[in-house]
Amino acid sequence: MIRLEPRRSHSQAMVYLSPVLAIVMTLVVGGVIFAFMGKNPLEALYTFFILPISNSYGVSELLVKATPLVIIAIGLAMGFRANVWNIGAEGQLTMGAIFGGGLALYFYDSQSVFLLPAMLVFGAIGGAFWGAIPALLRTRFNANEILTSLMLTYVATLFLSYLVHGPWRNPEGFNFPESRPFPDAGLLPIIYDGTRVHLGTAIAVLVVIAGWLLLSKSLIGFQLRVVGKAPQAARHVGFRQKRMIWFTLLLGGGLSGLAGLFEVAGPIGQLQPSISPGYGFTAIIVAFLGRLHPVGILFGGLIMALTYLGGELAQITLGLPNAVTGLFQGILLFFLLACDVLTKYRIRFGSIAAKGRTA
Amino acid sequence: MDWIVPFTLTVITASTPLLLAASGELITEKSGVLNLGVEGMMLVGAIAGFAVTATTGSAILGIFASVVAGVLISLIFAFLTLTLMANQVATGLALTIFGVGFSALVGSGFVGFAIDPLPSLSIPGISQIPVIGPILFGQDFLVYFSLLVVFGVGYFLTKTRAGLILKAVGDSHHSANAIGYSVIKIRYLATMFGGAMAGLAGAYLSLSYTPMWAENMTAGRGWIALALVVFATWRPGRLLAGAYMFGLISVMQLHAQGAGIHVPSQFMSMLPYLATVIVLVIISSDRAKIRLNAPACIGQAFRPAH
Repeated sequence: MIRLEPRRSHSQAMVYLSPVLAIVMTLVVGGVIFAFMGKNPLEALYTFFILPISNSYGVSELLVKATPLVIIAIGLAMGFRANVWNIGAEGQLTMGAIFGGGLALYFYDSQSVFLLPAMLVFGAIGGAFWGAIPALLRTRFNANEILTSLMLTYVATLFLSYLVHGPWRNPEGFNFPESRPFPDAGLLPIIYDGTRVHLGTAIAVLVVIAGWLLLSKSLIGFQLRVVGKAPQAARHVGFRQKRMIWFTLLLGGGLSGLAGLFEVAGPIGQLQPSISPGYGFTAIIVAFLGRLHPVGILFGGLIMALTYLGGELAQITLGLPNAVTGLFQGILLFFLLACDVLTKYRIRFGSIAAKGRTA
Repeated sequence: MDWIVPFTLTVITASTPLLLAASGELITEKSGVLNLGVEGMMLVGAIAGFAVTATTGSAILGIFASVVAGVLISLIFAFLTLTLMANQVATGLALTIFGVGFSALVGSGFVGFAIDPLPSLSIPGISQIPVIGPILFGQDFLVYFSLLVVFGVGYFLTKTRAGLILKAVGDSHHSANAIGYSVIKIRYLATMFGGAMAGLAGAYLSLSYTPMWAENMTAGRGWIALALVVFATWRPGRLLAGAYMFGLISVMQLHAQGAGIHVPSQFMSMLPYLATVIVLVIISSDRAKIRLNAPACIGQAFRPAH
């Protein structure tokens, strides 16, 4: 029989240890799964987690994949702290790509230096707009933001599909469902030659710093921390919940939109029916892996980006289905949530009666 | 009027998985547990049912496997949220992410497999009656079972002692515990029932609705089922009406083209999701009604004092 005994205060050691513990447990379970699939577990784990970053190009690809994850997760984490469950980041990402990318397509022969900055602004606005809808529906009509933000993800994806199959299809594209390629002025500059690492990666680092400042130094950051730790106290002091909902959904949406724009103006270079391998959902795990803290999220983003790279490599070299990545991500989140309990409780085995006798 | 029968048949088949999954979730939520992992549980049920049917050739075994799979995966959720008191929202999301990945992994070996769809009931004579014959007496047994489930859930909640205890646990877990009911045990059972029904809903998709396996084949139906429970204000009668209304909306895209309506297919495909949002807004804005019907303890962890 397992019993949980509350700790007097959160264990600081466990705050840092529990994500590490969760990763170790995920690796063990992953090894077992690989063995079940008839692969050598150690070789498979090596292919999955070491081989992808064993050369400098691999590391650069890790940064490319971590960029959207980190940017989105920073925004989501602010909401999760305040119990605002925006799980529609994938849709907000898509809307950002549509808004910002649409601008590039409208000025497809532009050479203006203002095009890219304008696209960034439009991308953020597109995402924030898509995040504003659940915010409005929650604050005005009391509708659950979990369900509305997720439903809007399907709507955004279908809308993008409509655009690239219809009005925005490349007239010179042999009928493929793709837009024109963006003009050079609408592409993110590569910041490290010979790789795909783009300006967005540098901006992601700035977002981490800004997120950290926001959380530790600003009033709203203080409120977010208090709401997360003591919701009743926050209500007594008169923190306005509606403001939190608006702030976190606009911020989360805006950052997701920016991340979406970075994808289409960076590695992809045009609009396509599919522009993200589920970054918006994986960012939820990144936020938890980083313990809802911007610096933690930076590490969490790198680790989750590794699961994407490892999944691709394992597919090529070991013939493992790509779905292994999703499975790993789900298992990791389970273990994270399970290990979280260690920060708040001590685990005791045996019944109280047994304990009474030994005491 | 030739279209009435085929149209009604597609509405019924589109509604059935929603009805099954939402009935299960309704019981789970009535016990005070919010399991957002319906989509993941449906996917696991869908692949379990399909894989077993495709390998053994027996749909009965497949359906049984989907229920078992749904229960097992719901137990992961129950252990994390009820025993370890993890956050229910986050754990539900994890369950869906896990279910998507797990089903895709198992299913990667079954893409392109063909199986026979579930046999439909065929009563000589009666099933051939024009219009009502095929609609009322020509479905496969899961359709009838889904109706049985929703009526059973209604009966259970209002007419049985166990149902009253379940509601008590969902509305005031401390009082229920003080009277001597095991809150955790009852919530485990309610969560398992939700898992079983979600698994069955998945099996209906992969064995009857479209007898094949495709990654993410639930396409958000698990989330729509969650919204349906809110739409129904946790009442089985309204759940039945809501599921059929959503079934109707989701098949409109199939028939629009035939009816000469030329809207891009993507916009027709948006309808169920937009309808979900609109319906949620309409129902949720009546705060008094939600407060009256929602289980008061929903989503809250309960730590037994002993």
